[in-house]
Amino acid sequence: MHARAGGSREGAARQPATFALAATGSFAFAFAGDPVNVAVNANDPTNENVSANVFRGPATAARALPAATDDPPLVRAVLVGAAVVFLATLVLVPVAVVVVEALRGGVGLWLKALVDPDALAAIRLTLTVAAIAVPLNTAFGVVAAWSITRFRYRGKVLLVSLIDLPFGVSPVISGMVTVLLFGAQGWLGPWLAAHGLRIVFATPGLVLATVFVTFPFVARELIPFMQAQGQEEEEAAYVLGATGWQILTRVTLPNVRWSLFYGVILCNARAMGEFGAVSVVSGHIRGATNTVPLQVEILYNEYAFQAAFALASLLLVLALVTMVTKQLLHWRLRRTATLESLP
Amino acid sequence: MSPRTQRGVLPGFGLSTGLTLSYLSLVVLVPLSTIAARASGLGLAQGWRVISSPRAVAAFGLSFGASLAAAAVNVVFGVLVAWVLARYRFPGRAFLDAIVDLPFALPTAVSGIALTAVFARTGWLGRWLEPLGVNVAYTRLGVTLALTFIGLPFVIRTVQPVIEDLETDMEEAAAVLGATRWQVFVHVLLPSIVPAALTGFALAFARGLGEYGSVVFISGNMPLRTEIAPLLIMTKLEQFDYAGAAAIALVLLAASFAVLVAINRLQAFARARGGLA
Repeated sequence: MHARAGGSREGAARQPATFALAATGSFAFAFAGDPVNVAVNANDPTNENVSANVFRGPATAARALPAATDDPPLVRAVLVGAAVVFLATLVLVPVAVVVVEALRGGVGLWLKALVDPDALAAIRLTLTVAAIAVPLNTAFGVVAAWSITRFRYRGKVLLVSLIDLPFGVSPVISGMVTVLLFGAQGWLGPWLAAHGLRIVFATPGLVLATVFVTFPFVARELIPFMQAQGQEEEEAAYVLGATGWQILTRVTLPNVRWSLFYGVILCNARAMGEFGAVSVVSGHIRGATNTVPLQVEILYNEYAFQAAFALASLLLVLALVTMVTKQLLHWRLRRTATLESLP
Repeated sequence: MSPRTQRGVLPGFGLSTGLTLSYLSLVVLVPLSTIAARASGLGLAQGWRVISSPRAVAAFGLSFGASLAAAAVNVVFGVLVAWVLARYRFPGRAFLDAIVDLPFALPTAVSGIALTAVFARTGWLGRWLEPLGVNVAYTRLGVTLALTFIGLPFVIRTVQPVIEDLETDMEEAAAVLGATRWQVFVHVLLPSIVPAALTGFALAFARGLGEYGSVVFISGNMPLRTEIAPLLIMTKLEQFDYAGAAAIALVLLAASFAVLVAINRLQAFARARGGLA
């Protein structure tokens, strides 16, 4: 089978990516899963075409003769119905509730909830935290991917699974490590107090917790992508006399820009939406240490439902924009992968 | 060959690897190790007392039980949805396929308040369930429901590509030889789907163990009844009982780690079998 042959040829390059996927108990699993597949297929467009034909086969054949792989119409209807009911109950109805509750008092009340001083402070804090955490982890992702995909050394598989570690950790535990280190009873707590520095219950703590939680996003997008892309172009640049920095900024980054962007938007979505980890370190000081998700919680617990859902609708928009961008990038990555490998 | 060409010809090995290891240690490894250090400060006897206290046992029981139940529901419906999305063409399929990722994309606090609003006694669906004697909000059923929501994409997204890649010749051969569609499903299709479904199950279970945001709103957080383990950690931290919180966290970490190792073995097993086929 052609697809199999392609798969084994890519076997060596594929190994770390598969391991990374396997080592992760992660919520970003499906997010991250797609581009891995794209990356693997990058050098072999036929791979994708073959598998696409395989599963399109039965549907086209059905028009001529009922194929052996077709289910009876009744079975189809029942299964489709069950799938629709399941997804509608668990996903669509809750999303609809957010929109309806947010707009319950009309657009005016919705806007009023968003321009409330505490809400504005929360929005500002969320943007600040993301503006620090996302660039840090993006820079790390590029550096880590360079090290892992461009050099051979022992322990790389272990390194890749360690990078994925934060995905397997409960958000509460992610926030807790910051408290254990910098909290009043933490290792560095007394020293910080003596010097008048505040980390827990202040913005630095929120940033640290967010950095921990979003740590793997960019790296795990870039590693399989750069692995599949190979390094011929970089080697050519090096032979022509380019410095390391020139290779990075003129060859590597332009080549990986879409994959990098993909990692950044996922990282950003998580940074802005994180709740458990920041909840541990925030101390819930209104107007000072409340990010948007934390402000949603406070409002909800005070029975200010309309205001809570109004702020929640902002996060819903963030999620939807992220999903749409992700899908567009996915198509784009797939198309460039196919185009570039044409003879 | 010089050591440099053995590693690769491009520049920056020392710098990039050094930065990677330092940042990884600083952000992830050192902070995580403080949990073990804190918990070990308790000593074995005291540590055991913390994790075997009735409240902790109830929290672990709920976290494990509800995560298992939710993952099981997700295996059944996940395989079903994956089958429908991979094999059938119908209007709205692309839309259905797209919304599967929503539980990943939606911030957990939003999921939490939305699910509570839907399933509370006066909620859109809760008001129809209450006359039937089914209370979802502020019960263990609610915890399971939230964990089902949060784990929903895992099984679908692991099983769907497997079904899409299935060769149809085996199915056709079985049908030609006289197997009914159900026999084909059980004897031909299911064996290929099971490893992926188990992986999805384990991923959803691991996610459920640690989940916090989507659960705390719908659970009601009553100690001994609807308090999940991550919330117990939170409570202990708020009481400045860092060592106790670390002990509970260590148990959770050990459990997730065991699940991840199991997933790895499972995938190795599936790969080995795929290679034989």
